[in-house]
Amino acid sequence: MTVLSLRGINKTFGAVAALTDIELDVAAGQVVAVVGDNGAGKSTLVKILSGVHPPDSGTITFEGRQVEIPTPAAAHKLGIATVFQDLALCENLDVIQNLFLGQEIRPLRLNDVAMETRSWELLRQLSAKIPSVRVPVAALSGGQRQTVAIARSLLGDPKVIILDEPTAALGVAQTAEVLNLVERLRENGLGVIMISHNMADVKAVADTVAVLRLGRNNGVFAVDQVSTEDIIAAITGATDNVVSRRNQRGQQ
Amino acid sequence: MSAVTTDRQDERLQSRDGWRGAITDVVERARGGDLGVIPVVVGLIVIWSVFQALNPIFLSSANLVNLTLESAAVGVIALGIVCVLLVGQIDLSVGSVSGLSGAVLAVLFVGQGLPVWVAILASVLMGAVIGWLYGQLFNRFGVPSFVITLAGLLAFLGLQLYVLGTKGSINLPFDSALVNFAQLDFVPAPLSYAFAVIASAWLFLSGYLHAQARRKAGLSAKGLSTLVVRSVALLAVLAFVVWYLGQTRGVGWMFVFFVALVLIMHYLLSRTKWGRSVYAVGGNVEAARRAGIDVKAVFTSVFVLCSTFAAVGGIMAAARLAAANQSSGAGDVNLNAIAAAVIGGTSLFGGRGTAFGALLGIIVIQSISSGLTLLNLDSSIRFVVTGAVLLLAVVVDSVSRRSRTSHGRA
Ligand SMILES: Nc1ncnc2c1ncn2[C@@H]1O[C@H](COP(=O)(O)OP(=O)(O)OP(=O)(O)O)[C@@H](O)[C@H]1O
Ligand SMILES: [Mg+2]
Repeated sequence: MTVLSLRGINKTFGAVAALTDIELDVAAGQVVAVVGDNGAGKSTLVKILSGVHPPDSGTITFEGRQVEIPTPAAAHKLGIATVFQDLALCENLDVIQNLFLGQEIRPLRLNDVAMETRSWELLRQLSAKIPSVRVPVAALSGGQRQTVAIARSLLGDPKVIILDEPTAALGVAQTAEVLNLVERLRENGLGVIMISHNMADVKAVADTVAVLRLGRNNGVFAVDQVSTEDIIAAITGATDNVVSRRNQRGQQ
Repeated sequence: MSAVTTDRQDERLQSRDGWRGAITDVVERARGGDLGVIPVVVGLIVIWSVFQALNPIFLSSANLVNLTLESAAVGVIALGIVCVLLVGQIDLSVGSVSGLSGAVLAVLFVGQGLPVWVAILASVLMGAVIGWLYGQLFNRFGVPSFVITLAGLLAFLGLQLYVLGTKGSINLPFDSALVNFAQLDFVPAPLSYAFAVIASAWLFLSGYLHAQARRKAGLSAKGLSTLVVRSVALLAVLAFVVWYLGQTRGVGWMFVFFVALVLIMHYLLSRTKWGRSVYAVGGNVEAARRAGIDVKAVFTSVFVLCSTFAAVGGIMAAARLAAANQSSGAGDVNLNAIAAAVIGGTSLFGGRGTAFGALLGIIVIQSISSGLTLLNLDSSIRFVVTGAVLLLAVVVDSVSRRSRTSHGRA
């Protein structure tokens, strides 16, 4: 069953057409990897889905209804949770405060005991190596911050989770943990959009791969029926590309 | 306790229990640039020692009672400044708004003969509307707040002069409740002591319940002895203050009112969702927006609070003087309020500071002013000294911010 589907999405920034006529479908219990070169428009797509930028035109259908996502709050309300590439954390707030930002328990008399307990649960689930949740996020390493951002997206009851390069800064154990998490999310019937430059990760967890190239769709593949070379060819736009030439050189 | 609590399992975490732990914690934080109230307290000790050495009247009970009364009005204004600074903005017009508020109060109360509470309500409401206006201008047009409020500074000063008319000064009747409240109403001694006891009992009880809830949830918590020592220390300090001020007139209701506002703001900022969103907006606007916070509403609420507090401060100042005139809210009111907030540890860069900062900061400012007055030095020197202290506070803020970034506590 399709939870989220995009049709004819366009977005321009000044003279740059960041996205042109984009289509994308995500089903419940499906992991869709979105891949593409730097500047292909992946993060822009994420921002449209999370209400950061409104699209210039196009339709978004969520659970069978056509919806508008004008603000991040609207995305939260629909049940779309996002881990942004730049993480979007407040450095002056501590880990708990960041995790629960905008969805604090008991708004008029904050319940920090409940929030701290839940924070530890979430972080443990991700095998986070964070010594204390009472330190400001500024004191954390890049990977620890990324874990906090991922943990935050699990709060509430999201139906679709969008991960923009979630493992870029993570260590080996944490990367494996995030891939496990993605599989768990799929088992729980969530739709997952994962953006990644790592073909091994994509092949490991994704069901389908959607390729973006220069802001346009450049093919959607079922992962078990496509080779890494074909994906790379779609990303770069040619079978004879810098990646394949390197690989050939390596084999000689 | 048998097992290690949930939040203490990382082996890199050094145990910081008991007294030694608490002290190490403070020292570490200060090294990392998280100075908290240390600079203010040190500054206050230095200032008080110097002035006491120069003039033995300075620390007399009578002078300190005066000091508390004098600090209330600008302290309330500084409380509003703390709020705008927390979101990384500034309001330069609080002086004019307070002056205008005093003038409106006097005109409605004395000139029009309306009941005093109507006049008060109207002035406060006017403050709220001014803040709302700032919020709209800021949110809609994205004009930097210092420009908007600089325009407000001049415009509302003009309005104040216009409202006061040709006479330029309106006296409030001495027998009115408002003037009484600001000049003559003091808390009876037994009630003052009761306040002190309630405050420390409250501190203990809330700490105890919180610790219990934490233990029940399997988290580390403060020990009973720490809680007891903490609230006994508070009781001792408060009882001493009450006793010492009680040697002469005692604790003024106006000062109690100011402290009550500080406590309310402290609660709102640290224990509510709104407070969290204020700090979040000050730390990273875009992150706050993406977390689903209505950033514009936060900005508006903060501007409204600041102007409202400025209006309340203006009423208090008028009541204290028993008059509203052309120089109400002029001169150093603006800068004193901003300086008090900054000296109290509120960062100009947004995202850090506390309501208690306004209380500590205004006491520093008022001490300097009172000390210099006692030495018969006129306002020219007072301006220079206050300016220097403000500069010092800003330097401390900037340096500690730099040190925070390098110690990962930004
Ligand atoms: N806020 C913005 N203002 C102007 N142009 C933008 C903005 N955001 C993105 N762009 C442009 O849109 C295009 C797509 O950017 P986007 O961030 O979506 O790329 P990406 O696929 O996420 O790349 P990367 O792999 O490097 O993260 C780029 O050409 C970029 O310059
Ligand atoms: Mg990107």
